[in-house]
Amino acid sequence: MPTLRGNGTVASIGYASGPLFRLDQDELGYRPSGEPATEAARLRDAIAAAASAVLVLIEDADEDSAAILEFQVAMFEDDALAEPAFDAIEDGVDAATAWTAALDEQIAGYDAADDAYFRARSADLADIRDRVLRGLSGLADTRAPDGAVLFARELTPTQFLTVDWGQGGGIVLTEGSAASHVAMLARARGVPMLIGVRGLAPVDDDFVLLDAEHGEVIVQPDPEARRDFLKSSTLHNQLVQRARSRMGEKAVTRNGQPIDVLVNIAQPAEVETIDIAHCDGVGLMRTEFLFGDGLPDEETQYRAYRRVLEWATGKPVTIRTVDAGGDKPVPGFTVEEGNPFLGLRGLRLSLTRPDVFRVQIRALLRAAPHGALKVMFPMVSIIGEYHAAVALFAEEAAALSAAGIAHAMPPLGIMVEVPAVAIHPQTFAEVAFFSIGSNDLTQYVMAAGRDNGAVAALNDTRNPAVLSLIRTVVTFADKNAIPISLCGDAGSDPAVIPALLRAGLRALSVAPAQLPLAKAAISQASTSDGADGQD
Amino acid sequence: MAEARVLITHDVGLHARPSVKLTKLAKGFGARIDLALTEAGPWVDAKSIVKVMATKAPKGATLFLRAEGDDAADAIAAIVGLIERDFDEGGSHAHP
Repeated sequence: MPTLRGNGTVASIGYASGPLFRLDQDELGYRPSGEPATEAARLRDAIAAAASAVLVLIEDADEDSAAILEFQVAMFEDDALAEPAFDAIEDGVDAATAWTAALDEQIAGYDAADDAYFRARSADLADIRDRVLRGLSGLADTRAPDGAVLFARELTPTQFLTVDWGQGGGIVLTEGSAASHVAMLARARGVPMLIGVRGLAPVDDDFVLLDAEHGEVIVQPDPEARRDFLKSSTLHNQLVQRARSRMGEKAVTRNGQPIDVLVNIAQPAEVETIDIAHCDGVGLMRTEFLFGDGLPDEETQYRAYRRVLEWATGKPVTIRTVDAGGDKPVPGFTVEEGNPFLGLRGLRLSLTRPDVFRVQIRALLRAAPHGALKVMFPMVSIIGEYHAAVALFAEEAAALSAAGIAHAMPPLGIMVEVPAVAIHPQTFAEVAFFSIGSNDLTQYVMAAGRDNGAVAALNDTRNPAVLSLIRTVVTFADKNAIPISLCGDAGSDPAVIPALLRAGLRALSVAPAQLPLAKAAISQASTSDGADGQD
Repeated sequence: MAEARVLITHDVGLHARPSVKLTKLAKGFGARIDLALTEAGPWVDAKSIVKVMATKAPKGATLFLRAEGDDAADAIAAIVGLIERDFDEGGSHAHP
């Protein structure tokens, strides 16, 4: 048999190899009794059996898995789930047909949802449907062999949880969603998973290689494909293993220079999946999420900030005031502009709307006593903007004092993302700290939008012009004892990290998922020029 | 009859785990409890996870609640409390 290759989207990174196991639906040979009362009783029994099977799974499940299964149990326990099926059975429809129709209608409802989360719930409903159908047909649960690469249209959470993933194995789906419960579980367990793999029709026990780093699955690989796979999987596994085992250690370069590695957070909920011991704090907490549905009130903001500060247990948390505008419009706040990236965005916008800005300032001032808060302003171009923002902070602090409300004044710093600031940082010597926003700095210096694929090659932080500006700012900051860090995507990119360290940066803020690999890249880099031979 | 409206601030809206908590809480009361996304309805049984999930209430939606029965006022207060506490997930949670 010739080697076959298929491509898909990576839902969970990693490598697996082994025999293929098809988890397609069994032929459901349900034999109707013809008696509505019997059909109803069979359906009731099958539902009860399915519910108790899920309860058994819960006993051995970890917290995340249990939550998913509890949702299924709650669905099973709800009479409304099967009500249309029992109605149909009374009208003479057999149990399997009635149940399938009732669940398919609900599944269609979820499939049609606008929200990806709700769409992904259709897989849970399909799980519920199929489990009961198997019971009706007297089929045992299909249990995949351990260590196999599962091949299916969709995979259900309970099918995932019956596999012992400690023995290896992976998942290849012809459909599937990266937002599904199974995808979340796969990422949490480190099970490699590809979705949307089309055009392959493998059979059971075909030997397959699953490369869920580059998004490829190879059926019946030839020796050359096996060699390539072994090479890239070994490399990846070594990197991940080393990275994971050292997550709790302080990042130190090859030449012994400690580096602060902080995390970027877009939603307060993200912190629950991060161990604070694995990072040096939060280098960027975005606040745009609060503005997703219009303008948030002070209490909502205060609670969100306080939550992250308390999670950080004394490590620094840098919150950026709302950075709306550009590619982040907020209804009722941002304005329509012909050239939004060069328009009213970031602090510029906040200063035109003091009514909105003051609410955020009060929430920040009140949250400050709950941790090591720092506040930074985005899109600063001239020192006057910083002065205006600082004045608003002082006014609101005075008002809170007068009202006897607990608060504290955090250090106020700026993002360095407008070239004017990076070229002449001397103007900004009075700010409490700098944070280089490499995404915007790169796109402004290179005049290449980061949302435009046609100029993506130009949008490169490693361009000498960008790196030279970063070095200028770092040198100035160091000389004047102004703390400085970087919080753009470049900080998470193992290919760019060595250049950033050589430019003088000693603090990087990275995407939480990139934390292990960023730390690993730092440990292999050196802060002395040319020592790591890159660039 | 007791009524209330409450803003859903949970990060992912009335999703699986919040819905499980809400329906479990509702089942603890004798009152008939309904919820809706608009004052005009459609109103659904707050004790049914199937129906609560089917409303697909996103973050930022206002939930309308009404209850009838002896403990209607307590039921509404308890459910409003749960939603305002972001379903006791410490504000919100990335998982369902």
